[in-house]
Amino acid sequence: MKFNTKVKNILLVVFATLALSACATQKKAGIDGDVYTGKDTVEYLASGVPDRIFFATNKSSLTTAARETLRKQATYLRKNPKLNVTIEGHADERGTREYNLALGERRANAAKDYMMTYGVSGKRISVISYGKEKPVNTASTPLAWSQNRRSVTVKVK
Amino acid sequence: MQRIIVISLLILYFSTSISNALIKVDITRGNLDPLPIAVSPLHVDPSSTNHKDVKVKQLGEDISKIIENNFRSTGLFNPLKKDAFVQKPDIAHLKPRFEDWRLIKAQALVTGKLLIKDEKLKIEFRLWDLTASKEMVALAFTTTPSNWRRVAHIISDKIYERLTGEEGYFDTRIIYVAESGPKDKRKKQLAIMDQDGANTKYLTLGNELVLTPRFNPANQLVTYLSYFRNLPRVYLLDIETGIQEVVGNFPGMTFAPRFSPDGKKIIMSFAKDGNSDIYTMDLENRIVERITDHSAIDTSPSYSPDGKYICFNSDRSGLQQIYVMKSDGTNVKRITFGDGLYGTPVWSPRGDLIAFTKVRKGKFYIGVMRTDGTGERLLTENFYQEAPSWSPNGRVLVFYRETKSGSQGKGFTAKLWSIDITGYNERKIKTETDASDPSWSSTLSK
Repeated sequence: MKFNTKVKNILLVVFATLALSACATQKKAGIDGDVYTGKDTVEYLASGVPDRIFFATNKSSLTTAARETLRKQATYLRKNPKLNVTIEGHADERGTREYNLALGERRANAAKDYMMTYGVSGKRISVISYGKEKPVNTASTPLAWSQNRRSVTVKVK
Repeated sequence: MQRIIVISLLILYFSTSISNALIKVDITRGNLDPLPIAVSPLHVDPSSTNHKDVKVKQLGEDISKIIENNFRSTGLFNPLKKDAFVQKPDIAHLKPRFEDWRLIKAQALVTGKLLIKDEKLKIEFRLWDLTASKEMVALAFTTTPSNWRRVAHIISDKIYERLTGEEGYFDTRIIYVAESGPKDKRKKQLAIMDQDGANTKYLTLGNELVLTPRFNPANQLVTYLSYFRNLPRVYLLDIETGIQEVVGNFPGMTFAPRFSPDGKKIIMSFAKDGNSDIYTMDLENRIVERITDHSAIDTSPSYSPDGKYICFNSDRSGLQQIYVMKSDGTNVKRITFGDGLYGTPVWSPRGDLIAFTKVRKGKFYIGVMRTDGTGERLLTENFYQEAPSWSPNGRVLVFYRETKSGSQGKGFTAKLWSIDITGYNERKIKTETDASDPSWSSTLSK
């Protein structure tokens, strides 16, 4: 009996360690604060030009990483003057629908405004908000929500 | 779509005045002791003729079932099982043996009879107070036979009104968004049904995303958000003719629409350069007015029933809170200061309360508060729920609830629920598909 308890305790410790390390890897794989920093779900407008940026909960301010991505997008657009884009603004499922529509609009415009300061004409960029209607990751987890709080730049065909 | 057929209503007689009625249902508190009521099947006159749309022989039974179901859904009544009934429907309707009905513990009794002849349905019913051995209401209706469900709802309304002193809400409909398909490729259609879930009709095909339909309180118009041609705009839909039109000529997204209480204006948000403000458009002269002008998000506007005030959602303090202003946009006051975020304010048709969604520590609550923000009461807590809409008498809220989903959206559902403003009687409303964004109509027979 005593032996069994000991084994149990040891096992518990092992499991706890595993659980902790799992948490740690998840952090590395992608959330800083609650902004997604990973590469999953990201597509590319061209080599080295990611199509999307990520936001903190209820925020539309641009992170350093988001600015870097948008500068790359602006450079790409300046190099391809015939190309127009739509920026889609999105929110996670943890907000009320109408507020999320407004928030998606604000996020997409934050991206548009930033690109305009890097010399892209506003006429080339249209904006649409989908609120929480088009999640890219449909799980109900903090990781999925962070991937869904995004604006995505899409080429207009 | 569904034609509203005028029902001629004939008041036979009231044999008792309200003041000396003995049974009365108290609806101001959660009712833990619902009133036992016997709903006798309506007697079908044997000289009734057959009818192509109606099962004539069963009709008396079917109508009594609808009435019972309505009563049960309120949580205020306990409809008794019919196998204990002690008198035949036709005889009970003439004169109940009160002492026998009291034996099965009924306190109120509904009786009635119907006749179908010459394409007309004639129905009469009586409500009896079994404790006082008196008739409380007697009414007769004539309508087309295919309209029998509505008659059952109108009878339910009359009985509810007589017993509670409040306006009934059974002869009403709910418009909502019917959802199907996987979570990331959701097909959304406008749908409408009777308040009890019958007569579901789909008003759009699902080719474009549609959201937040709302009834006009004065008629059968609906306003909603559609992504038709991938342009999110507020639309107006006449559900009788099926004609739709875009509301106003805005150069960007319009959303969060609602009607003014007189039905003459639409109030909504318009997003320009990333900023959402509140606007109204007069449906007669098409004049657009800007109501708020603030760099923060202003959305989810809802008028007070007298049209003098507007409550709305804004993040001008940094996070989502509820504000009230005069309907011209002046005198803006924040009313929520509690712990958490507040959204989707909706003014009660009685004028005394605002219903809202609250988000706190990862949970979603539906609640009510007084219009100055005091007296907050949270009615229900869940993983995700929002968008309350009032029953026309201001007693019940309908809202939608979504479940937590696993990877690939597994286990995701969206359903309509209702709850009494007492916080009691929470119920799932049956819908053919998943459902969200409900809006309750006014009473149709008004």
